[in-house]
Amino acid sequence: MSSLDGVPTIMSGDTTLIFPAAEDWYATAEALFADGWNVCVDITAVDYSAYGAPRNLPEDVQPERFEVVANFLSHERRARLRARTQVSGDAPTIESLVMIYPGVDTLEREIFDMFGITFTGHPDLSRILMPEDWVGHPLRKDAAVGSIPVQFKAPSTAQR
Amino acid sequence: MTVTEPASAPETDGATETAASVPQYERLPRRHSVLRMSEVQAAELSDAPLDGENDQTMLMNMGPSHPSTHGVLRLMLELDGETVVRSKPVVGYLHTGMEKTAEHLTYLQGPTNVTRMDYAAPLFNELVFSLAVEDLIGLEVPERATWIRMLMCELNRIASHLLFMATNGMDLGAVSMMIYGWREREEVLRFFEKVTGLRMNHNYIRPGGVAADLPDGWRDDVLGLLEMLPPRLEEYDILMTGQPIWRERLQGVGVFTAAEANALSATGPVLRSTGVAWDLRRDQPYLAYEDVEFDVVVGTYGDAFDRYAIRLNEIRESMRIVHQILDKMPSGDYRSADAKVTPPPRARIDESMEALIHHFKIFTEGFKVPEGETYVAVESPRGELGCYIVSDGGPKPYRMHIRGPSFVNLQSLPHMMAGGMIADAVAVISSVDPIMGEVDR
Repeated sequence: MSSLDGVPTIMSGDTTLIFPAAEDWYATAEALFADGWNVCVDITAVDYSAYGAPRNLPEDVQPERFEVVANFLSHERRARLRARTQVSGDAPTIESLVMIYPGVDTLEREIFDMFGITFTGHPDLSRILMPEDWVGHPLRKDAAVGSIPVQFKAPSTAQR
Repeated sequence: MTVTEPASAPETDGATETAASVPQYERLPRRHSVLRMSEVQAAELSDAPLDGENDQTMLMNMGPSHPSTHGVLRLMLELDGETVVRSKPVVGYLHTGMEKTAEHLTYLQGPTNVTRMDYAAPLFNELVFSLAVEDLIGLEVPERATWIRMLMCELNRIASHLLFMATNGMDLGAVSMMIYGWREREEVLRFFEKVTGLRMNHNYIRPGGVAADLPDGWRDDVLGLLEMLPPRLEEYDILMTGQPIWRERLQGVGVFTAAEANALSATGPVLRSTGVAWDLRRDQPYLAYEDVEFDVVVGTYGDAFDRYAIRLNEIRESMRIVHQILDKMPSGDYRSADAKVTPPPRARIDESMEALIHHFKIFTEGFKVPEGETYVAVESPRGELGCYIVSDGGPKPYRMHIRGPSFVNLQSLPHMMAGGMIADAVAVISSVDPIMGEVDR
């Protein structure tokens, strides 16, 4: 429980929102698991580099380009908790939660694929939705829609 | 094509693995059954020379276009004879970047995008998206709209489970079940077509309410469905549930424990088959589920038969809910009267300049949603369907993420298949009921 002390916490409706620092990510998850949040139901990321409004964060949280968001569920309390942590834009790295919540395996791979955030300690951090040799990370805000030519081959008889 | 290294033996020392100090991952008894191998590594193996004595296992691809993989799921299976040692679900063949697309569509256009994700249960996608948007706006939806949403969603759950019955039967050789399931589902879809104009991808549930009120005679149509279904379900029971071949084929196949299911974030019938009574409709009620009575169906053994039986009985529970909805359907508006969100009625446009402006603004620019972020979850036929939306105050979501139950449940496949026969792999995939549109998004 100690790792959760001092973490900025707010209530949003029925959901508890906590804002741990990126370096405490693993320890926070460990504390949450010990505290009865038995399922990590979802983990995703947001690229805030093009956000058009002021970031609404607790005072002592320093905004960064990426935010990793994990949703936890406690079956016992029938409650939800959302942890949001700031991850720097250059060489984004954060610890993987696979050891504590094995269910985040493919979700973390999806974040790696879509945002290029590296999860240290993940057993198989590889692209999941895009082809393995794909360059770039589609859900980053600087990846434009339609900027890549469609890879259809012209029929062999076509004059080019 | 052979793999020379023998797979590491699965550790099944249950006594020491339950200690609380051991991380949950280490406690998964079949964690070594997940094949961690890239395309490149697999391709290299195919070029390796044969080595008779030392070649213990074989690597085989099943899918992406295999009739029993429900679309374009591909499985890399490491086989020892006919036994599955390790496996890896390979996904992404249907990836069209719908989360990226969502950032370029207004909140009004959003449902048309998300409805194509889980195409067997499109109304749930629309529902979760609309609930998330309404949560950000703080919009109250009229009571009738809520009940219409519930009616449509429960009927959609029935249709989706009927589709499962059909495909599950087809996968396991009960071909007549395929025709029966499809036939009954079509009856439900016919009602959807009457209400929404489309059999699938309805764009019916929208932020603010639903697109149109229920048509005249809807009550008789629904009653007709409720009358048609019970004898047909009895038929399924005779055809499959009590039939020895069917039971032999499913019982004890793809066994899963509650601890494994929770560790792997499995939800829906996959989780409930292990005996965990977790259903968001009951445990975190949304819409008006507090006002209806129903039972959460759970299994005991966590095998493929339990998952089949749970879905069959969930159809009956959904019918029970629909009966109550028929009794309690309130009158009133079917969408919010908030002019900023809801387009004005057609007749008003001819009379009022204001209405014309609102109509024009909503369809060209879209309505603005206050900045913030929210996560909303509903119980879809496949498990927890979640929607995470971040808004920066504009008319389009800044980020929209869908937590697809199929995507997360797929992680369970290697664990369920390990040590089973390759023929049972088909039964296991089918029992998880993945919809690839939702997996790949």
